[in-house]
Amino acid sequence: MSIVESTLDPACAVIDDTVAAGEPWMLRIERGQVLRIVDIEGNQAVDTIFYNARDPLERYSLTHTIQAQGGLYLTAGSQIMSSEGRPLLTIVADTCGRHDTLGGACACESNSVRYGLSTRYMHACRDSFMLAIARDDERGMRKRDIVSNINFFMNVPVTPEGQLSFEDGISAPGKYVEMRAEMDVTVLVSNCPQLNNPCNGYNPTPVRMLVWDPL
Amino acid sequence: MQISFDSLTPLARSAVPATSTRFAPELVLWEETLPGGCHWSGRVRRGNTLRLTDLSGQANVAALFYNFEDRNERYNMPDTLKAQHTALLTKGHALYSDMGRILCSIPEDSCGWHDTVCGVLDAARTRTFYGEARYQEHRNDMHRNGMDGFLVELGKWGLGKRDVVANVNFFSKASADAEGRLRFDTAHRAAGQFVDLRFEMNVLVVLSTAPHPFDPNGTYDPQPVTLTAWRSGTAGADDVCRHSCPQNDRGFINTERYFL
Repeated sequence: MSIVESTLDPACAVIDDTVAAGEPWMLRIERGQVLRIVDIEGNQAVDTIFYNARDPLERYSLTHTIQAQGGLYLTAGSQIMSSEGRPLLTIVADTCGRHDTLGGACACESNSVRYGLSTRYMHACRDSFMLAIARDDERGMRKRDIVSNINFFMNVPVTPEGQLSFEDGISAPGKYVEMRAEMDVTVLVSNCPQLNNPCNGYNPTPVRMLVWDPL
Repeated sequence: MQISFDSLTPLARSAVPATSTRFAPELVLWEETLPGGCHWSGRVRRGNTLRLTDLSGQANVAALFYNFEDRNERYNMPDTLKAQHTALLTKGHALYSDMGRILCSIPEDSCGWHDTVCGVLDAARTRTFYGEARYQEHRNDMHRNGMDGFLVELGKWGLGKRDVVANVNFFSKASADAEGRLRFDTAHRAAGQFVDLRFEMNVLVVLSTAPHPFDPNGTYDPQPVTLTAWRSGTAGADDVCRHSCPQNDRGFINTERYFL
């Protein structure tokens, strides 16, 4: 786990959006631009998928990412790899220290399995993803394009014995992760609404999205 | 009140056999051996089991699963892991689709650890690890890789790159340390180990026996696996997978509703 701070000034950012809990957010960023996600109030999971902006068939691949770095968790220095084995982004700063690749997104259907059939009607990340791509007329994305995502700020430790658990977040108010785009990428975010486990501290909160132009 | 198997209507319960069926030679439908490095796909019907047998104790079987009738519905690694609080698959586990249903379950397993997170090698990484070996010079001993094997088989069913997700690697183990670093481990392996995949839905199964991405063996030497299809029926009311956790009880209810 490595803590690396950024010198970028939020006053100079070209994008400064706040995404409320339970909302999707989609944006194209250009090669060289830097994206920072700020966990404003702490312990908030930010479910994120990246696509090549010119060809969404090339997208974030957790298995390529895990193979490239030989490990499960993301932090400063990690390269976020595509399904074609190319770097989409590089994490250049991180004050949280660990981000999850295995937990995926919550969905109404998986909630029904995990927490009881009646939880199917609680809002879930997959619904946010589906709505974002359904509203978007430009890219023609479908359910098949919704692949396993990164969970920024989420803590899903795996033991040497192969057990997996959802732990209280290691994030805190104001912690952030910052990444540089290595190609033009489409960022698809669901600010997670899950209330049934500690991934959001049982209190989903807003996050801040900042983008800087290349230096 | 939480819905569970015991709270279902008598008609819904009657669709589930009282007990699960154990393997017997007279239940075998067909058998064939998939050579190392090769790829296979086929439909396996609800109520049949595919037994994978690692003949040498060194095989890797990369696998993807799709609902045969609606191939938008597919195996989902995170949902499978989260529901059962596990990073590995073994006896008692179920493989979930993204729709909260169980594609197949594992009522028997003599290996004990099947990898869910490492994926497959593509052509470029296979060249990096093992060098070039084309058909022109090597005929059917050429180097094949898991990603191309998946794409070839998926294409035969109208699927493609969009449909490649994190796969299972049967018989392979990569365990994580405290920092998440992965280490390939073969200490538990033995010739003849098998795993039963009992299909709870009609499923398109796609397999590749190309090398595992973390296998440190520097020689390209993928090993064969025997596929044995047998008539098992679906999971019984007493089944080890149904009772391994309350999540699986609900997963089976979701699955059985689909066929009522």
